[in-house]
Amino acid sequence: MNGKLIASSSPHIRSGETISSIMRDVVIALLPATLAGVYFFRLRAVMVIFFAVLSAMITEAVIQKIRKQDVTLNDWSAVVTGLLLALNIPAAAPWWMPIVGSVFAIAVVKQMFGGLGNNFMNPALAARAMLLASWPVQMTTWLAPVGHTVTTTATPSVMASVGDAVTTATPLAIISGGEGAGNILPTLTDLFIGNIGGCIGETSALALIIGGIYLVYRGVITPRIPVIYIATVAVLTFGFGGFDPYFMTYQIFAGGLMLGAIYMATDYASSPVTPRGQIIFALGCGIITSIIRLYGGYPEGVSYAILLMNVASPLIDKYTGPRVFGEVK
Amino acid sequence: MGLLSFRGGVHPPHFKEPTSRLKVENAVEPKVVTIPLSQHIGAPCEPLVKPGDKVKVGEKIGESKSFVSAPVHSSVSGEVKAIKPCLTPSGEALCIIIESDGLNALHENVIPKGDIEALSGEEIKNIIREAGIVGMGGAGFPTHVKLSPPPENKIDTIILNGAECEPYLTADHRLMLENPGDIVYGLKAMMKVLSVSKAYIGIEDNKGDAIGVMEEAVKNERDIEIVGLETKYPQGAEKQLIYACTKREVPSGGLPMAVGVVVNNVGTAAAVAAAIKTGMPLIERICTVGGKGIKEPKNLLIKIGTSFKEIVEQCGGYRGDIGKLIMGGPMMGLAQYTDEIPATKTASGILAFTPDEASLPKPRNCIKCGKCVDICPAFLQPLYISAYSLNNMHETAEKYNALDCIECGSCSFICPSKRPLLQSIRVAKREIIAKKRKTK
Repeated sequence: MNGKLIASSSPHIRSGETISSIMRDVVIALLPATLAGVYFFRLRAVMVIFFAVLSAMITEAVIQKIRKQDVTLNDWSAVVTGLLLALNIPAAAPWWMPIVGSVFAIAVVKQMFGGLGNNFMNPALAARAMLLASWPVQMTTWLAPVGHTVTTTATPSVMASVGDAVTTATPLAIISGGEGAGNILPTLTDLFIGNIGGCIGETSALALIIGGIYLVYRGVITPRIPVIYIATVAVLTFGFGGFDPYFMTYQIFAGGLMLGAIYMATDYASSPVTPRGQIIFALGCGIITSIIRLYGGYPEGVSYAILLMNVASPLIDKYTGPRVFGEVK
Repeated sequence: MGLLSFRGGVHPPHFKEPTSRLKVENAVEPKVVTIPLSQHIGAPCEPLVKPGDKVKVGEKIGESKSFVSAPVHSSVSGEVKAIKPCLTPSGEALCIIIESDGLNALHENVIPKGDIEALSGEEIKNIIREAGIVGMGGAGFPTHVKLSPPPENKIDTIILNGAECEPYLTADHRLMLENPGDIVYGLKAMMKVLSVSKAYIGIEDNKGDAIGVMEEAVKNERDIEIVGLETKYPQGAEKQLIYACTKREVPSGGLPMAVGVVVNNVGTAAAVAAAIKTGMPLIERICTVGGKGIKEPKNLLIKIGTSFKEIVEQCGGYRGDIGKLIMGGPMMGLAQYTDEIPATKTASGILAFTPDEASLPKPRNCIKCGKCVDICPAFLQPLYISAYSLNNMHETAEKYNALDCIECGSCSFICPSKRPLLQSIRVAKREIIAKKRKTK
């Protein structure tokens, strides 16, 4: 026997799962929704996705260089953040918007708080909220999906910014009255497939659900948060929306609920780790989303609901520790 | 009956195929044995012999007056060469070095002790103590102590642990296939000591043949039930096994006897049977020698005190460079830094890993995935205990119930960031216990 023996603490074997394999699975799970977005919004979607992912990766590498740390682009986490942000931006957004968002997400929300695992909010969502607050018009100008023929109600200035593309309103804006009033509500099939107005990645509930099933199958997430979140929104919008199953269905399948519940609320770092905590977290997300949608002036609500619950996560974790084996209560 | 289990746990690869079909072989007689005077939890033994003494197989050579201790016996006949501190798998300890004369002459005390029916419970317990029998699953707790519960704890159940949930190891598996009679005999002896009328033998379902053989062996025993367990680590951990078989939870900080249960390994039961039937004390055991670094993995019946090096040589030697040498299983075993150490009563396995398998992964940031919380069989939050431990906040770690950790290693195994979770929790536990001792 030559060479040195390593005398380390047990266990001596580790599972094959790594951060890279998990993040790669998230990217794979997002592919159906990404492809659906590209199909419905064509070149503009490709552009937004490209700029968001590329700038997220560059920002991560630059900051890690400055902090004299290992550059961990190969863990895929910057790709996930960039991709999630792109899917949360309308296809009509100007080219610089995903770049500003990605730099903010990675530099401010992720790296300034210590990098991977230490972000107190979902970086992509925080960036989306920042963009929405800074450029509300561009962030709510919705391209009509290809093959969609709806006349627009958008203002001429917005029209100019998207060139000759046709704009539309999101189903949630239409159903909640307000700015989208006057547009025709899309059919339920269009709603489910994603042939509607909205952010690049949020329109196709079908594609998002396929990816979600993949994540659960691969053990990346448990169904706890997405199922409870969506169920809570369903129950509340049904009960407080006039017991209208039609209204409830639109609330579930339209807008960012699927994207948020499956891919954003399940972000490891910014959601609780305890099973009971995750249930409370998901209930909270569902309640806040429903309140904003039913009583707020803004047709969406998913982003703010998740961000609010993100900051409550450490507190939730603190008070929801599991009962220890053999503990007598 | 469906498979029983506990909540939590992980599914490491089994790695049992190379040895699970290999019959137990007798190891080559060692020329020299190094017998540690402390192979158990409890007080170390005092030597009963001195250099130059002639000893025989089964002769008691070390003993302690302390109740929580177990005597040690010579595994060969020959001459005591030296009594000195040597390196053992669990650190340096006083050892008796005996040179074998190759005759294997039996000591006169090695005679049948009679039948279970004829012996009283107290007599059986004494035989077990005198035979130096300790828990052979790995911890090495003296068996007679387990069989002496305080009067306020009424024991009603014995569980034999045949789960063998550690990857690679097949020693218990082979024992169940090749010697089921002794396991049942030893179990009945222990049932008599504790006068209990209910016993379970828990076996993971990846050992279907062993379940079949053991069921056949107990078909005339009304009180003994074979329990098929889900193959999941740590199914053989004492508290988890008790829960799987009886749905009783051992209270936090308590012992199994608090819920009326005593757990023993199947190997321990077979050793009890040998001690009664032939009078032979615990001087040999079955050991799985395996891992990619071993040329011919085997199940060997080895004499206590044989050096790892000799044992590995009988298995074709090492295959190429070795990065890690482990006594026990890969989840809870002890990594060694040399192979010039003797096998002890608790050497259930000797595993050699290639340098590639041994290389330590670089720990990354905790991503708070919560997988360690999901799988912890003690229902702890390993990520937080570990984080507090690494920041020297041991009091906070205690608030997170660090002392309830059973050190199974499932958290470190599952962690995608490859963080040293168990390692840091161990540090916290040690600090907390040290502080408690100080304040007492």
